[in-house]
Amino acid sequence: MSPARRYFAGGSDTTRSSAGAVRYGAGLRTLSVATIAVMTIALALVFFWAPLEAEQGFLQKIFYVHVPLAITALCGFVLGGIFAIAYLRTRDSRWDMRSYVAIHMSLIFGVATLITGSIWAKGSWGHWWVWNEPTLVSFLIVFLLYATYQPLRFAIEDPERQSRYAAVFAITAGAFVPLNFIAVRASSAYLHPRVLGATSNLPWQMALTFLVSLLGIVLLFTTLCKYELTVKHTRMQLRALRRLAERREDVTAGVAPTSRPRSAAPGVHATAMSANPVHPASGPASAERARRPSS
Amino acid sequence: MSATIPGASGAAGGSGHSGGAEAPGGAGAPGASGERTPAERNRRAGAAQPHGRTLAVVRALLRKELLVELRTLESVPGMALFAVTTFVVFHFALNRDSVDGDLAAGILWVTLLFAAILGVNRLFVADADQGGFDAFLLAPVDRSAMLFAKVLTLLAYLFVLELVAVPAFGLLLLGPSLGHALPALIGVLALGDLGIAAIGTLVAALAVQTRARDLLGPLLALPLLVPIVIGGARASSPLLALGHSSGPAVRWLLTLGLYDLVFGLIAFALFDFLLED
Amino acid sequence: MTAVEVEGLARHYGEREALSEVTLSLASGQTLVVFGPNGAGKTTLLRVLATLLRPHAGSVRVLGESLPGDAWAVRGRIGLLAHEPLLYRELTARENLRFHARLHDVADARVRDVLELVGIEHRAEEPLRTLSRGMVQRVAVARAVLHDPELLLLDEPWSNLDPAAVERLEPLIGASSARTRVVCSHDPGNGLAEADLVLGLRAGRVALLEAAADVTAEQIVGLYR
Repeated sequence: MSPARRYFAGGSDTTRSSAGAVRYGAGLRTLSVATIAVMTIALALVFFWAPLEAEQGFLQKIFYVHVPLAITALCGFVLGGIFAIAYLRTRDSRWDMRSYVAIHMSLIFGVATLITGSIWAKGSWGHWWVWNEPTLVSFLIVFLLYATYQPLRFAIEDPERQSRYAAVFAITAGAFVPLNFIAVRASSAYLHPRVLGATSNLPWQMALTFLVSLLGIVLLFTTLCKYELTVKHTRMQLRALRRLAERREDVTAGVAPTSRPRSAAPGVHATAMSANPVHPASGPASAERARRPSS
Repeated sequence: MSATIPGASGAAGGSGHSGGAEAPGGAGAPGASGERTPAERNRRAGAAQPHGRTLAVVRALLRKELLVELRTLESVPGMALFAVTTFVVFHFALNRDSVDGDLAAGILWVTLLFAAILGVNRLFVADADQGGFDAFLLAPVDRSAMLFAKVLTLLAYLFVLELVAVPAFGLLLLGPSLGHALPALIGVLALGDLGIAAIGTLVAALAVQTRARDLLGPLLALPLLVPIVIGGARASSPLLALGHSSGPAVRWLLTLGLYDLVFGLIAFALFDFLLED
Repeated sequence: MTAVEVEGLARHYGEREALSEVTLSLASGQTLVVFGPNGAGKTTLLRVLATLLRPHAGSVRVLGESLPGDAWAVRGRIGLLAHEPLLYRELTARENLRFHARLHDVADARVRDVLELVGIEHRAEEPLRTLSRGMVQRVAVARAVLHDPELLLLDEPWSNLDPAAVERLEPLIGASSARTRVVCSHDPGNGLAEADLVLGLRAGRVALLEAAADVTAEQIVGLYR
């Protein structure tokens, strides 16, 4: 077996780098266009078509933003946990990156959820925060939990351990999300008929508007995640190439390469020697390596 | 030929851990006199699955934990003292001589929670600083044994904590007498302790190898423990009520039990990933 | 029988390569001495062989078992003497060793024997934090050989020991112990003397791999420049 083949033959025991031909940038433009289109339609529907609700009036329209944000963020958190499970099974650091981006983006959407929820609360009940809205309350707890994700990652220097511990956290927190909702909902004295429960008896115009809005927010989430993944991935490949160039000079001089600066963001653990099919530049490099006898 | 062993291959540790017979190994048979030399024993132990000795290993780990704690006394006395001091602080902060019902349940659970965090912070420190992880990882044993041992240790700490804190609470702040509500309260506390122990152990293992371990531990643990506080406080509230105190609502006991079960399983499945490298 | 067989071993730390393209083969009963400047990967190699670190690429076979999949089969047959003694400071030597004995399923009588062998039985009932560094190292050696391992992995074993201790412990972990050994060393003179095979690491790569008879001290010193 050539050294290159053997490198990838490790199966689940090997930390694979960008081995597969994954082009993160693919479809990004289509997705962006679709997102903008759907969101524009949604906004139009919200402001010009959906009927005004009797009790709350215009303020109720925040519901079309707040609830999709909440749903998307929650699904994002759980998705982060699922990606983390994939990481632990395969040790492929791309899953770790996806998990990180999903949780990171959900956290941002979570902040937006809390802000919009707060505005709604102020408009409806006169207070910026209310405890009798179980969804909002459980969201706060979930948010507080996931806010520790990045500090946790940043506090671990060993990158492989960082990914592994982050994965354990993501899975634990992902399981926590639904349980927390159940617990808080059970403890709430007043169950407000609004928010999630309300969607079942909505007039069809509102339901349609809501669904379009939900689709728009989900597309926005997906697009932003894809964008972030692409940027990260490209940066990693650039760095790997740079290291490859440096190492070629360093190996003969016997100098140990420097490690990259610490960051909370995960990276694909690409060792420069990997035969990366995405980059034709590294093709000849890996072939040359195959020819060099292993010492 | 080799069966899958949790921990060694990094797969989620789902296989049973009850004492099973050693699989017929490929290597050395016991000597004629029945007394095996260490080398023979090693080959035998290496060839067999480590599950059969898990109980003995957990016992050995537990013994080591309690020995170290007894020598250093760095966890339990601190936890107990913290709890009592906190009750005093509450007296002044709330400006109340006695509390009951919801307020009493809340004060009790919050205090127990923060005292437990103190213990959680120190749970793995000795192992991380003195090479205890390596020593354990080098041994031919089931990695889950450490999880069981640590959970039991934390449970023991919480038990002693409550032994001091609950009477102190009854003395200092609680209006109604505990009396006949005590057995039910003990039951609720036990259920809550199980959850605190499972989550606390997982979070402690997660936090101890990071740089800001004393800060990250509580930050991770507190949100995860909120449902326990919810279940525990709501269940305890009728027990601590003035006048006719009724039993705890079954709903809260179920919440606590379910939460304990789920996170116990999660801790069991994920713990190995925190140990290995 | 080949005790250690490594081929193309790689282990990285993020983007830095701690070990890369390491290949070697060590026969049973022989001693491999590993030289190299700090950060060259000596400790990493030792920890991979000890099953504490999993290889990121390449294949590793220790005592006939492939790592990391069959690591559980060799764990009880390897003894590691690391930089850290891997002992609890608050416990006594005897308590520490008894704890390890239970982990490795070794009889208590063996604990007594080993304490005598390393010459620490007169201080065996005192907490380790009261003992000097050299004595703690003795207890660490005791821990490493307690379960009578077939393979010894030693990280600069003689560094904290006085000549009397060295003499005492030589039959346990030295060349005369007749066990397969992998030793990390910074001492070209003595290291070379006890080696059958010499490995020189630099920046995680193999810079030198020869039978000890074919290696001179100058070559080893050259690794450090």
